[in-house]
Order: sequence, then structure tokens, then C-alpha cells
Amino acid sequence: MEEEQLSALLGDLDALKQCPDPASIDRMRERVVALINSAAGAASRSKIKDMSAEVVDSNPYSRLMALQRMGVVENYERIRDYSVAIIGIGGVGSVAAEMLTRCGIGRLLLYDYDTVELANMNRLFFRPEQVGMTKTDAAVQTLSGINPDVVLESYSLNITTVKGFETFLASLTARSSHERSTGVDLVLSCVDNYEARMVVNQACNELGQTWMESVMQDHVMFHTIGLESSVHTIGLKRTHSVSEDAVSGHIQLLVPGETACFACAPPLVVASGVDERTLKREGVCAASLPTTMGVVAGLLVQNALKYLLNFGQVSPYLGYNSLKDYFPTMEMRPNPQCSNPACVQRQKEYMDSKPARAAAAKAKMEAEASVANECPVHLDNEWNISVVDDEDTATSSIRSTADVLPEGLVHELPAADFYPEPPATASSSAIDDDLEELQRQLDALNSS
Amino acid sequence: MEGWDKGTKSTVGEIPLMTARAGPRDGEAWRQRLKEEYRALIAYTSVNKAKDNDWFRIAAANPEGTRWEGTCWYVHNLRRYEFPLQFDIPVAYPQVAPEIELPTLDGKTHKMYRGGKICLTVHFKPLWAKNCPRFGIAHALCLGLAPWLAAEVPILVDSGMVKHKDDEAAPAEASASAAPSS
Repeated sequence: MEEEQLSALLGDLDALKQCPDPASIDRMRERVVALINSAAGAASRSKIKDMSAEVVDSNPYSRLMALQRMGVVENYERIRDYSVAIIGIGGVGSVAAEMLTRCGIGRLLLYDYDTVELANMNRLFFRPEQVGMTKTDAAVQTLSGINPDVVLESYSLNITTVKGFETFLASLTARSSHERSTGVDLVLSCVDNYEARMVVNQACNELGQTWMESVMQDHVMFHTIGLESSVHTIGLKRTHSVSEDAVSGHIQLLVPGETACFACAPPLVVASGVDERTLKREGVCAASLPTTMGVVAGLLVQNALKYLLNFGQVSPYLGYNSLKDYFPTMEMRPNPQCSNPACVQRQKEYMDSKPARAAAAKAKMEAEASVANECPVHLDNEWNISVVDDEDTATSSIRSTADVLPEGLVHELPAADFYPEPPATASSSAIDDDLEELQRQLDALNSS
Repeated sequence: MEGWDKGTKSTVGEIPLMTARAGPRDGEAWRQRLKEEYRALIAYTSVNKAKDNDWFRIAAANPEGTRWEGTCWYVHNLRRYEFPLQFDIPVAYPQVAPEIELPTLDGKTHKMYRGGKICLTVHFKPLWAKNCPRFGIAHALCLGLAPWLAAEVPILVDSGMVKHKDDEAAPAEASASAAPSS
């Protein structure tokens, strides 16, 4: 098409060289306009109203809708009804956003307070010409070009501050309906620090919002600080990055009340199996590989799609140790003594709804049984084996299950030492002084 | 607290511990926690003054007590280096420690996160997690910021990244007088 136009243009030019003809100039102009239009048309596509399963090269959804035809997903087009919030548009979050965009997700909410830097170019997604843009705006720019059907919302803010958190909560609940307590179906945490994870945990516990978290573990770079003789002399070993190890990561599903929240137990990391001393380097920054990030983003979005579109088995926890290609999995029950009050409240609600859930599960099983018309797998029961409901016994042993970790997993931070919390009445009367009086005292000390 | 020097250990022992597990969104419980924070800061500042080791000024920058600003200084080779100090109380406080910022040092050392947040990951965060909710702002200054300054300021000064304000002012004044007034 374009080649035809160009060769015709060349013919016109040759004709023009022979004899000046105003008509050929007009023809050439038309051809150039046509070329520009076709180039613009190729760069972007218009919105598509309905997802089609038609197998043609021009259908961006044909290969996704094929999942439905093959019986993997019952109703793929439902993906357009779903909203997903992604917190942290870094190495993992940006790739997860692109994957969901290409899958045709309905709405994406993107949160980050950072800007794109050249140092991010070892990762996927961002391009050098986007340096200086906020990560959320740069992501919207790229993603809207890839799939204009996705509704994209960009929030450039720090969720760990009180003000940022309020905006965060408001944006999550903005489109809530009677069917769901928030306006989103799933929250994906792709942040790189404990502080931000705890904030996502807090928000999701308060809202009763199911979320998934991803951890991409960077190699720790150790420094040993030289000691100076001073009043503060302390021997310290310190590192720049989060506790992590370049070659591993994990994803985790968190359903408030049903599974362990992020505050129920100290956060987990996948142990590298590499001697820590061999990782010590003079230097600073956290290492990261695009491969590991791509794997973690892939595991995360795969789990998210399974959860949203209801196919396969959704993993409660899946670790990835790339040095040994080891994938530990585990389940974590919530901690009844969790320090997060919202988590404890959700746990109570979950326990209270147990009869309703049991009835629903029974009804579902009966419906399935009537369809399949199943007979018992084993007709004789020589050893009197029977299935025992483990839900009730679990409550007493919840603490211990949280402490048992599969091989290769370690806690990132120690658990808080146990201190009996004083009763509320005692603590409220602990300091009788007025807040203003205390402020004055500190000001007086500051100015002396 | 193994690996910490005796002086710091005994000072920490004199800072009153918190009891209220409350963050900035917890209403009256946060006011109670704030009182405890003030009590601890007053005690710590008094101890420092008594030991002739006064090294910071800090005050709440908003009525809710969620933003704190001040200065801290460190004496190296008999010269005093002073830095503005600031931090927000995070939403998930006290489960997570405040991220102490020294904005004037942003970009001058690798031992920081973006925005001048000093690195507390290894020397302080585990200690904070272990002592939650008993540690407060005063503990974060004593066990987080103080050792960071002790370790980093000498290196920053010796490498020329940080100049004493007297040395900085002199060439600046010279160039100011040499430059034509605009």
C-alpha cells in the first residue's frame, strides 16, 4: 500500500521533471496526505466497544478470547468489568500494568510518587525519553497507546503520609457499589519498601479489600562503617537497600480476615541460600535484574487473572528463588493477636460468616454432585477413614502455624517482643499533663 | 541491643517508653501517644543537656503532630556541622518507624533513600520492630539518626561533600563582591 503510493509519487516526480504540469503537483500532494494518514492510522487504534472472538489479524483480543473457546476461562470478556489498583509503578508494577492493559482490563489505578530516571532503564517498560516524567504519567502515556480501551487513572502521591493515605482511600472507594465495598476488584502492591506495604495492608484491612503483594528481592550491598571516636561511637553494619536478594521474589494473596495480613507475622523473604558474606560489596545501590522482575510480575498478574476470571488455582503464597529455581508455597492463617485492629475485626467477621459460607459450599457441592451423579470413590472403608473438619481445631493452633515456615523462607524483621498492653483505662490516665503544656516544656528546652 | 556502646545503652534506658499503640489516624489514642512522645523527647533532651551532648532540636510542625521539623548537628574535628531535619509520622505508625529526612544531604551520600531519607534498614529497623510499640520519636533519634550522623558526617566532611558553613560562606562572599550587581 505504502510502497505503491511511493512508487507512484516517484513516477509523478519523473513526469514533473519532463514537463511542468500543475495537475501532477496536485496528485503528488494527495498521495503525500494519504501516506501521512495511513502512518497515523497504524500508530494508534480507536476504541473497541465489544471484545470479539473473531480470529483476524486486526483483532487485538482474538488470542485472549480464544481462552474462552478453549474452555480455560468461562467468560473472558468479564475482564472489562474489573478495576485493579497498582501501588508502586516500578520494575514489577509497570510490567504488571502493561500485562493487564494488554489483557484488556477495564480500569487501572496507578499510584507512585517517583519520577522516571535513567537508572530505571535496566528494567522493562519505561523509555529513556520519559526521564523526568512522573512514573504514573509516563505509564499512562505508554499504556493508553497500547490499549485505548483501558480506563487509566494516575495518582502521583506518597501513600505513607496522612494526606496521601486519605487520597488513596478516597480513590479506592470512589466507585463503590452495593456489590463491592470499594470501587476496585483487586489491589496489587508492587512497592519496594516495608513502610508502603504496611500502608497498603492498613487500607485493605480497613476496606476489607482483597489484595496481592509482590516482593522483588534485590541483592543487599553491605557497608561496614568505619568507627570514629565520638560520643555516638557504635559499631554498625549497614546496607542501602531493603533486605532483599537480587535474584528472588515472591507473591502473596491477602484476603482480610481469611488469610494472614501483613502485620499478622513479620514479613517473609526467600532466603537466597548464598552465603551473606559473599554478597558484601563496596558500593551502594541495590542490584536488580529485568529477568527476575519480569518473572515476579508474571507470577503476580497470572495469579490476579486466575482470581478475577475464576480459573485454575489461586496461590496463597508463591516464592521464587532464582539461584536454585526453587518455588516454595505455603498458606498463612491470620494471627488472632494481630496488632492491626482492622485485621482482628475482619477475622471476627470471617468467623461469624462461617455458617453462611458452609451452607453455600454445601449447596454448591450438592449442585455439582447432582450434575456429575457421582458414586463414592471407595465403596469399602476397611480402615474407617473419615474426613474431619479442621476449621475448628485450627483456631487454637493458629499462632503455631504462622511460625512454621517451609525450608528456604525466613522472616525479614524480628517479631515484636511481647509486652502486656496496659488496660485502656490505665493508659488514658498515664499522663495527666495537657498536650499544650508538654509542647511548652519541649519548646522551653529547645530554646535554652 | 548487642553491639551498641554503653553510653547509648544507658541513655536509651533513660528515655521513657511508650505504651499507646496508636497512629495519626487514631483520634484520642493518638493524642495520648503524642503526650508520651513529648514526655520522651523532653526527657531525652534533658539527659543530653545534662551530659553536655545536646545535638538536636525538634518540634511538631502541625497541630496534629504528624509532621516534625528541626535541626541536628554533629561535631567533627572541633567544628559543628548542622543539618535541617524533618519527617512525617507514617500512617502505619508505630508499626513502622518514621523515615527521618536530612534534605540538605540528599544526593550527597549513597546511604540514603530518595528525598534525603537516611538509611535505617539494618541498624535500626529490626530494633524498632522488636520494640514496637514501646519506641517513639526520641528512640528513633537516639538509635537511628545519631549513629547515622556519627558514621556518615566524618566521611562526608573528609571527602569534601559537606563543607563547614564558614568555609562555604567565604568563597561565596568573595564571588558575590566580585560579581557585578544585578
